[in-house]
Amino acid sequence: MEIRIERVEKDFGDYPALRDVNLTIAPGELVALLGPSGSGKTTLLRAIAGLSNPDRGRILFDSEDATTLSVQERRVGFVFQNYALFKHLTVADNIAYGLKVRPRRSRPSRAEIAARAAELLEFVQLDGLGARYPAQLSGGQRQRVALARALAIEPRVLLLDEPFGALDARVRKDLRRWLREVHRQTGLTTVFVTHDQDEAMELADRVVVLDKGRIEQIGTPDELYDRPASPFVLSFVGEALALPVQVADGKVIFQGKELHVSSENLRNGPARVYFRPADIALHGGQIGALEGRVEAVRRTAAGLRASISIPGYDQTVEVDTVDRAGTTLGSSVPLSLNNVRIFSTAAEETLGDGAGI
Amino acid sequence: MSEAIPSAALAPVIAVAAPRSVTEETPLTRNVLIGVAVAFLGLFLLLPLAVVFTEAMAKGAGAFFATFEEPDARAAIRLTLIVAAIVVPLNALFGVCAAWAISKFSFPGKSVLITLIDLPFSVSPVVSGLVYVLVFGSQGLLGPTFAAYGIQVVFAIPGIVLATIFVTFPFVARELIPLMQEQGTVEEEAALTLGASGFRTFLTVTLPNIKWGLLYGVLLANARAMGEFGAVSVVSGHIRGLTNTIPLQVEILYNEYNIVSAFALASLLAGLALVTLGFKTLLEWRYAGQIAGRRRH
Amino acid sequence: MSAAAPVANKKARSFTAPSVIPGFRATFGFTIFYLSLVVLFPLSLLIFRASSLGLSGLYGIAVEPRVAAALRTSFFISFAAAAIDVVFGLITAWVLTRYEFPGRRFLDAIVDLPFALPTAVAGIALAALYAPNGWLGEPLADYDIKIAYTRWGILVALVFVGLPFVVRTVQPLLAEIDAELEEASATLGASRAQTVWRVLLPPILPALLTGFALAFARSVGEYGSVIFIAGNLAYISEIAPLLIIVKLEQFDYAGATGIATIMLAISFSVLLAINLIQAWSQKRFGHV
Repeated sequence: MEIRIERVEKDFGDYPALRDVNLTIAPGELVALLGPSGSGKTTLLRAIAGLSNPDRGRILFDSEDATTLSVQERRVGFVFQNYALFKHLTVADNIAYGLKVRPRRSRPSRAEIAARAAELLEFVQLDGLGARYPAQLSGGQRQRVALARALAIEPRVLLLDEPFGALDARVRKDLRRWLREVHRQTGLTTVFVTHDQDEAMELADRVVVLDKGRIEQIGTPDELYDRPASPFVLSFVGEALALPVQVADGKVIFQGKELHVSSENLRNGPARVYFRPADIALHGGQIGALEGRVEAVRRTAAGLRASISIPGYDQTVEVDTVDRAGTTLGSSVPLSLNNVRIFSTAAEETLGDGAGI
Repeated sequence: MSEAIPSAALAPVIAVAAPRSVTEETPLTRNVLIGVAVAFLGLFLLLPLAVVFTEAMAKGAGAFFATFEEPDARAAIRLTLIVAAIVVPLNALFGVCAAWAISKFSFPGKSVLITLIDLPFSVSPVVSGLVYVLVFGSQGLLGPTFAAYGIQVVFAIPGIVLATIFVTFPFVARELIPLMQEQGTVEEEAALTLGASGFRTFLTVTLPNIKWGLLYGVLLANARAMGEFGAVSVVSGHIRGLTNTIPLQVEILYNEYNIVSAFALASLLAGLALVTLGFKTLLEWRYAGQIAGRRRH
Repeated sequence: MSAAAPVANKKARSFTAPSVIPGFRATFGFTIFYLSLVVLFPLSLLIFRASSLGLSGLYGIAVEPRVAAALRTSFFISFAAAAIDVVFGLITAWVLTRYEFPGRRFLDAIVDLPFALPTAVAGIALAALYAPNGWLGEPLADYDIKIAYTRWGILVALVFVGLPFVVRTVQPLLAEIDAELEEASATLGASRAQTVWRVLLPPILPALLTGFALAFARSVGEYGSVIFIAGNLAYISEIAPLLIIVKLEQFDYAGATGIATIMLAISFSVLLAINLIQAWSQKRFGHV
């Protein structure tokens, strides 16, 4: 099923939780909503589920306007952050719940419900645990029960709120792989919320980055990493460093010296040059525009790691090198940058792509 | 502690020098404190309780049971049961509704509402009775109107019911509100996404989660409803066989120096109190997480 | 993108934040209806009646010698009883939370007896206990100590009534004290007594005050457990709630209303005091 979100907005009091959100999720797609806490990602997911309604805008399931449907009518499989398993019901009863509460005429027989629950238990690899209570399960097992319960109602779309948030790192890795498998087997349109960029990048076909209630960028993991649309995306997806610069007449000036980066379409005024830690290197021998001072050198397994301070920049940068002679303590070293991106500070809009110094 | 040194070598030294744990008092202090607490509780709580049962049996089991053959005593017991049977379910229904509205939704003025619900606890029982006399008494606001239709509230059963509702009003609500606030709405939301209707969600998800807290509140409300004296005393009119509840009958018997009967009837209420305490302790011990726990009443 | 302004959805409930959980109207409506009918309407009628007396009328009732004596009796004896409860309630709570001894669970359960035991039952039991021929009254009479039918009797009954308020308010705090605090105090050289006095008790002070206020408020309004043991002599051992009933029996509705209003005012001041204590405690200690 396709989900189309049109101009959705929601306020919590004076605080705009969602602002002009437009998004189309293709049938069978696996999409991540990524953002820091308070970015509106969970609000958006709950709006899709019908757990809260947007103040403005609408949400379409295929061509049907879902905003007019109650949460029961939407038939979404929702996996809650802390699973929200019914503590007083056994695992099997939890899974069967959605079938048991159906109106009599569409309710399967008791035997069919039991069979369906058993089938789902097997599907989530928990065969034999049907008689247990949620309290007797591990975190990962609870997660699977929550998913089985959501799948039992044959949902039109699967929604997961921070599906791995409450789990420890190792279980999380396994479950990620498993969720991808579940998605492949069910073919359901799936949306999950996460604040963990690794999780989003590894699992999702497309990632929607949200900040302060707004969509910052929609794209495949590659697009997000390689062509971030804003400084926010750039620094949220992967690590980034930023040098404060001035742009004047097509030149990019840092500490009075020109950085040789392409500056097409750049507006005059303050800007920032962004780059990934991996994209800074010691420039063998040559004096470049960017210069730093070696503050410390440490041995790493593969070579050396130098801490270098750059005058005019308040953080030290860590650079890997194998050149011991070029990194004597206190010496000045030339630095080169690759794959930089420049965003004007004033308007924060994307400008030129830099090719290097 | 160094484990390398054989313990036998150190044992005598430790026995002499071992200081008591830094977080404990000396055995003397400790025993004195325990002694004081036990003596105080014994004197003020256990002794009066013992008096009730001893005095009830002072003239033997025959006299004890004869009390319950008395028509007035039987009428008092019947009336007490009737009043509790009306009051407790009503207040339980109110408690569940109030807790649902307060814990599952956010709206302005919520803390004011909670304070208002607690209000009857800070009103003297006598005043609780008095306010109904002011409303329904012969000089009251509505009394004459009701009397014109032949309805008597004060000095009749309706007055007793109202006064009892007032004094037991907060019990269930204040037990459920914190409990349901703590449980939040996520399980209800889960049930809704799975297609359950609102009422179904309440029955299959909310109720099982609050049943012990509800029972706890109902127990306390019931004990108070059956034992209420001050408020009921004001509105009852003390008509024997008609508007006397057990506590009022106890008063009359005691004032008539019918000590054995007074205590025999009182022992019924004391027994109820003990059963309530027993259940309460059991619930607190067994289902500590599923009731809101001990707070003031 | 800029085709049209976003469609505003029709449901714009303003009072409660929107929620998918159903049943707000019904449950909230019933709550307000029942609360108003049973509690707010009768209580406000009392206030209304009192306001028709006017402040001078209220004052006139309060200084009536018999009323003044009853209010004084209720107020001072309740205060003394609550103070006694603070001392013994603290010791009881301390012993019940920190020491293990046979019968502890039983004593812990029995602390709630004054909550559970109907006041009339407590009243006749205490009266019988302290009467001149009672288990305690008889030996005490040998020393010329009279408790039943005097003000001492009122004190005994009110100590009984107020005890659980102090114990149950203090107990959870005592149970939560982090042992590391005590150890830290000890490593810094404090004696055990100093640790108790300087480290353990200060955070409990607000709870003690709250317990005191609750016991006091309950005692001022208490009726059933007092009247049997008090003797009820006008000007001496007559408590304010009893006087309300006396006034009612004399059909002096104004007098009854006046006393009731003064008692309500005391209760609400105490309630306010408790809230202030808790707000202060929240700020100072981060807990109530």
